Amino acid sequence: METVASTALRRSLDEIRADFPVLARRINGRSLVYVDNGATSQKPAGVIDAISSYYRTSNANIHRSMHELATEATELYEGARARVAGFIGAHADEIVFVRNATEAINLVRYTWAREQVGTGDTVVVTRMEHHSNIVPWQLLCEERGASIAYVELDSEGRLDLDSLSALLDEGRVKLVAVAHVSNVLGTINPVAEVARRAHAAGAKVLIDGAQALPQLPVDVGATDADFYAFTGHKMLGPTGIGVLWGRRRLLEQMPPFLGGGSMIKAVEDDFSTWAPIPAKFEAGTPAIAEAVGLGVAVDYLSDLGMAAVRAHERELTEYALARLGTVDGLTTYGPEDADERGGLVSFTIDGIHPHDLAELCNRDAVCIRAGHHCAQPLMRHLGVPATARASFSVYNGRDDVDRLIEALENAKRVFGV
Amino acid sequence: MDELYREYILDHYKNPRNFGELEPHDVECFDRNPLCGDEMGVHIRLEGDRIADLRFHGQGCAISQASASIISDELKGKTVGEVAGLDRNFVTEELGLELSPTRLKCGLLGLKVVQGALLGTDEWPTGTPDDEPAAEDVARLRSEI
Repeated sequence: METVASTALRRSLDEIRADFPVLARRINGRSLVYVDNGATSQKPAGVIDAISSYYRTSNANIHRSMHELATEATELYEGARARVAGFIGAHADEIVFVRNATEAINLVRYTWAREQVGTGDTVVVTRMEHHSNIVPWQLLCEERGASIAYVELDSEGRLDLDSLSALLDEGRVKLVAVAHVSNVLGTINPVAEVARRAHAAGAKVLIDGAQALPQLPVDVGATDADFYAFTGHKMLGPTGIGVLWGRRRLLEQMPPFLGGGSMIKAVEDDFSTWAPIPAKFEAGTPAIAEAVGLGVAVDYLSDLGMAAVRAHERELTEYALARLGTVDGLTTYGPEDADERGGLVSFTIDGIHPHDLAELCNRDAVCIRAGHHCAQPLMRHLGVPATARASFSVYNGRDDVDRLIEALENAKRVFGV
Repeated sequence: MDELYREYILDHYKNPRNFGELEPHDVECFDRNPLCGDEMGVHIRLEGDRIADLRFHGQGCAISQASASIISDELKGKTVGEVAGLDRNFVTEELGLELSPTRLKCGLLGLKVVQGALLGTDEWPTGTPDDEPAAEDVARLRSEI
């Protein structure tokens, strides 16, 4: 099949694909089409090699021993932190390494929120949140006697900002927790406007950027957020490493999260004092190799240029929406205008359950996701039990969308719809 | 011809037998497969300890809905004790195919809620493998790396 080059990226897709070893695999005799990047992205050889190389040449524990290897390991780990900070326009000491976006959000729940959210207060989330930005707040509200409230959506799956303002006007909102990009609808939310309104009402703002970091230029200062959570494995990095960014003043005021080694200044018999940020929040030996890998992933994305990555994703999404629109009985979800969405499309086909669609796509070596996408409140709102989802990364092209359409037409033939 | 999505399965998916509500009924159960969200409920009317009639209701993939439909007529007339003895093989024999580990729970959800309604159990039917992969699968994958 002829590869249609992306006009947005400076490098050819063939070149980029060659950087990702897994894309050489064949499934059921056909070349792999991986469009499940919203679940996790594939990893470039540079990331894989960096992890291997770290263990082969520099492995030691960080911030402790005086020997050469420990110095190297510490420099690699802290170097990764600095690169991640630069990638999102932050200071390195505001970057807390955690396991994933879920842990980042739970860190805020167990530290800042436990002190600041009390009886009768409200935590606001949106109807399009991933469970990782709902369940921690349900648990917090149950513990603190607070309540959770939802920003509603308009008919195209955009946030209804009037419903946000109505909640804020009630006066007891302590936190607004919102996704930067919806993992189901693809909607790019106006997070700076959400933050402006929330701050005017005295609330803090946490942004779940898990789907945004892989595909949008993100400047945490420009989002005006107080906390910004994301994960490494969706942005070409390894699993087991994620990031919480927080405003320095807030991080300094917050109590620690987990207690243990590395996060202390001094340990007395009866009490301890805390290390400065970000170490205060990084108890125990962290995921050093994974942080190193994330640093390389950030370099890879930076080399492509996030503005170019965004243009590529936008172009591909527009093409996918147009092609999917030609499939009889197919419904897509989310904004119609590709300018308002990230690089993913959720859809259903009349008469075929999404799980069967995903299984049949796999026969054609097309990897998509099907299910509730950890967004059950949104599924109820949409009135569907599940959707299928194709989500794109830097190595996907129009040929991948064409293979998806071919697989969907094959599935329709099997089901006779 | 697709092995999994044969005409027999698709016919039961599109035209499920013994689906709907059953009023009055003596026992009922509802459950979902948390992995993929398939939902299945059952109403059962008993005569003594035998299933006199039953109706499934739910939504989900073709395998979950067709499996319930396909076993529904076979379940009528069975005693509670007989239903307790049914396992994975009962379903796969009725389906006429083996299910891959990822689809097995789809196929067994119907039997699970019937056993739940009659026995008060919340266990997957006997013969359902754990979500952990079998040792031989792990060994095979390792050898491929």
